[in-house]
Amino acid sequence: MIKGVSNPKTNGLVEVLVKDESPILEEWIKQMSSSTRRADLINAADLRAQCAKFLKLLRQGAESGSSDLESGAWQPVREQLTEVSKTRARQGFSPTETATFVLSVKKPLFAQLRDHLGADASALASELWLTTELIDALGLYTTEMFLKTREEVIRRQQEEMLELSTPVVKLWDGILALPVIGTLDSARTQVVMESLLENIVKTNSKVAIIDITGVPTVDTVVAQHLLKTVTAARLMGADCIISGVRPQIAQTIVHLGINLLDVTTKATLADAFALALHRSGLSMEHSLQSA
Amino acid sequence: MEKIPILRMGEFLLVTIQVDMHDRLAMTLQEDLTTRINETGARGVLIDISSLEIVDSFIGRMLGNIAAMSRVLDAQTVVVGMQPAVAITLVELGMSLPGVRTALNVDAGMELLKQALNGHHSSNRHAFMNGHKAAKNVSRR
Repeated sequence: MIKGVSNPKTNGLVEVLVKDESPILEEWIKQMSSSTRRADLINAADLRAQCAKFLKLLRQGAESGSSDLESGAWQPVREQLTEVSKTRARQGFSPTETATFVLSVKKPLFAQLRDHLGADASALASELWLTTELIDALGLYTTEMFLKTREEVIRRQQEEMLELSTPVVKLWDGILALPVIGTLDSARTQVVMESLLENIVKTNSKVAIIDITGVPTVDTVVAQHLLKTVTAARLMGADCIISGVRPQIAQTIVHLGINLLDVTTKATLADAFALALHRSGLSMEHSLQSA
Repeated sequence: MEKIPILRMGEFLLVTIQVDMHDRLAMTLQEDLTTRINETGARGVLIDISSLEIVDSFIGRMLGNIAAMSRVLDAQTVVVGMQPAVAITLVELGMSLPGVRTALNVDAGMELLKQALNGHHSSNRHAFMNGHKAAKNVSRR
């Protein structure tokens, strides 16, 4: 987390920010355009506006005399940095580039501090140290926010994939199929189970086929999840068939000693569908003859 | 005192649970139902739990017990209309209600009961396999 600056008095910094805001800004932007400015991702006017706003908020924060970045005086600065990090994370800036936005203000700030306090070496040293600490803390905060935004993006994508990968399809009146793609973990099983059961109620289906062709491996955990789904469907009055059991998976299941005796299993979805039709009192004979 | 009504439909008894079950109510139902089966000589019991939204291990066990007791009294039990959330809860509680027949709705449950009575001595775990044919046969008779 962010640590506060030890000395609450940062008078030199405030003075510099009040008096020389525009030279600092010019110098800062010049420096950024030479090093890390990504002209392809952000235009000059936006960058200038961001920088000017940051300096203004930084001054307000420093004027409050508070050194605790968590405190209310620094709230606007934190908010702006959060905003900047978020936009940059989405625009495709790298973490370094985003952190450098804040860190690169050091050089122009230090230059101005030196001009002001050049004569008093000890005052300059302590002032530089305080400013460094402050800017570093802000830089770290920016990086943290950047990562948080990236994590959010990842989490959202995961959720989307979860929903995408578990469609329940209706094969016939009263027959549902659930093609499972990818590994079944607890969270996913929950989603799969819920959507299957809800669809059983909605479509009034008596038979549900769970197709595991797309499941790479079946271990005891996955098997247990499958059995749970089958049992829940049975409790509601629907019958489950598991299809798409590959030879390797059949071997694994037997080697692991998993008991699938109470569950009907079929090698292919077609076999399972034929059985489901049979159980529903339907037959495909006619269409096969005419074909 | 609260009571769950038990309706007689031909040779079946119909129980519709429309309130949240608490333990006392469940015990009362168990008692009433066994008494009624004995009085009426019913051959089948249909329990509709489509309005039941909260279930615990006690209610789950009670459903299993009722089925077992009915079997002793020579009546088949079908539980119909279980909500997805209830089914998931029961499974998570480790209760798969092994001896209880289930159906999606009252219609399907009735069919299952008729069929179970029809082929009383055969194994009926997958009785609805020939559901439509069997149902027609029953109605013709």
